[in-house]
Amino acid sequence: MGMTISQKILAAHAGRDYVEPGELLNCRLDVVLGNDVTAPVAISEFKRLELDEVFDQNKIVLVPDHFAPNKDIKSAEQCKLMREFAGQYGIKNYFEIGQMGIEHCLLPEQGLVLPGDLIIGADSHTCTYGALGAFATGVGSTDMAAAMATGEAWFKVPESIKFIYYGELPPWVGGKDLILHTIGDIGVEGARYMSMEFTGEVIEKLSIDNRFTMANMAIEAGGKNGIIQADEITLDYVKKRAKRPFTIYKSDPDAVYSEVREYDVSKLEPVVAFPHLPENTRPISEAAGVVLDQVVIGSCTNGRIEDLQIAAQIMKGKKIHPEIRTIILPGTQQILLEAMRRGYIEIFIEAGAAVSTPTCGPCLGGHMGILARGEKALATTNRNFVGRMGHPESEVYLASPAVAAASAIKGKIAAPWEV
Amino acid sequence: MILSGRVHKFGADIDTDAIIPARYLNTFDPGELAQHCMEDADPRFPEKVQAGDIIAADKNFGCGSSREHAPIAIKGAGVSCVIAKSFARIFYRNCINVGLPILECSEAVDAMQDGDPLQVDLDTGKIINLRSKEEYQAMPFPPFMQQIMDKGGLINYVKERKERDEVEV
Repeated sequence: MGMTISQKILAAHAGRDYVEPGELLNCRLDVVLGNDVTAPVAISEFKRLELDEVFDQNKIVLVPDHFAPNKDIKSAEQCKLMREFAGQYGIKNYFEIGQMGIEHCLLPEQGLVLPGDLIIGADSHTCTYGALGAFATGVGSTDMAAAMATGEAWFKVPESIKFIYYGELPPWVGGKDLILHTIGDIGVEGARYMSMEFTGEVIEKLSIDNRFTMANMAIEAGGKNGIIQADEITLDYVKKRAKRPFTIYKSDPDAVYSEVREYDVSKLEPVVAFPHLPENTRPISEAAGVVLDQVVIGSCTNGRIEDLQIAAQIMKGKKIHPEIRTIILPGTQQILLEAMRRGYIEIFIEAGAAVSTPTCGPCLGGHMGILARGEKALATTNRNFVGRMGHPESEVYLASPAVAAASAIKGKIAAPWEV
Repeated sequence: MILSGRVHKFGADIDTDAIIPARYLNTFDPGELAQHCMEDADPRFPEKVQAGDIIAADKNFGCGSSREHAPIAIKGAGVSCVIAKSFARIFYRNCINVGLPILECSEAVDAMQDGDPLQVDLDTGKIINLRSKEEYQAMPFPPFMQQIMDKGGLINYVKERKERDEVEV
């Protein structure tokens, strides 16, 4: 019987020719990731094993991005703990402030995650790397600790849902709208424990940045991973970054899916997810008019150069509404530099936006743009849970960079063609 | 092991931001996290909860972030186990790894009311609602996961495997 990409990657890392959904496997890992919130817990668990070394100094990645640059003394202590651990155990891929970026923008950019890899990260959005045809999934800190010691983790082989997107994408509709629309359709547990495989002519033409956005939000449907078969677009991105060999896996024609869902995207509008779940989606025509206090453009979901390009295109020569605080967070230093070279940063500042050094910051209510009681924000981030960006009585609306830029100018949720 | 405690009942899709908001993630001290456990779902929970109490919830409990601070906060608050119709994947895995007992049982959740006294047998998965005297059977764990829990979590499990030289470290 045929296998999906996800089955093939897990099988290869377990030394098996064939695996089927439901099987429990012990697999070798290519990358183990942690950040300043999750790694300190992992380090404290790792120390209980009393080991002198980690399984591989090159395969562990530590990124202080959540509450860094340090937002308060306690966060500074967490980052210090991680920095000292990286030094003591000779972790090669520790990224200090100045090199650091939002982890899920940074790792692909640095060529640390590649097609066919098996990756775990103590961060739920680790599923982002599925955009490159890797099997990547979020775990907790203890799994990270055990993996740092052994280079292994256990997995239940997931069932897969195949999503087929066909038709022509309308203007201003992209990866964020496709994934929000999908989550709106299947719900926040629609793919619980499952692999989400994104396919079809729309995906085949979709840019790598849009693919990252889609795979990134697989977790918001409860997915174990999101995955897109590597192709020429992937190779274009990966070839100049990879420093080791990699393998491209394809799903077999007779691979078994628990479900196949098809979407005609031709009439899709930009999508907005209303509070307090990513599944509460509405087309922009039914969302417009909500008066906002803040707009955030950035995050591991939409902090890449193409996201900034779209925002700049809309903001160019315009002024942000006087009652809106707009915060733009490029995902990495390289993205920030590229945005400077292309003149986007000037456009944002001229329009009246604040531009930040890379950080997860406000996405999880950490710092750099916390909401007060009753305030409303529209963000290109990934979660709009109660209290996600600040006060438990604040609200977060999720949308694409295009809708975010238009809404910043209008002062309320607005369609890109309104500005 | 037999647990008994009173139920705090919650709805569907309780996310990890509700279990422990990110504004408190600059520490992983169980006592500190416990002071804010479930705060954004029920601000009075940290005062109300007593040692041995049980959290019950509808579907998809623990969805969202991978933060292990969520089961740590629940354990730190003295909660003895969580019963839900279903659990989000990473939260489920974290509970096994840190040794917070969890049980899946839709019928028991549907029938219970906030404040009901429960008795839970972790070995058999039997749940008894002492108010209604009804009995329910939770889904058993796969043997492999039960093994990790019996060892007291993943780190102890790895430690033992290492001592038996089953893994290279």
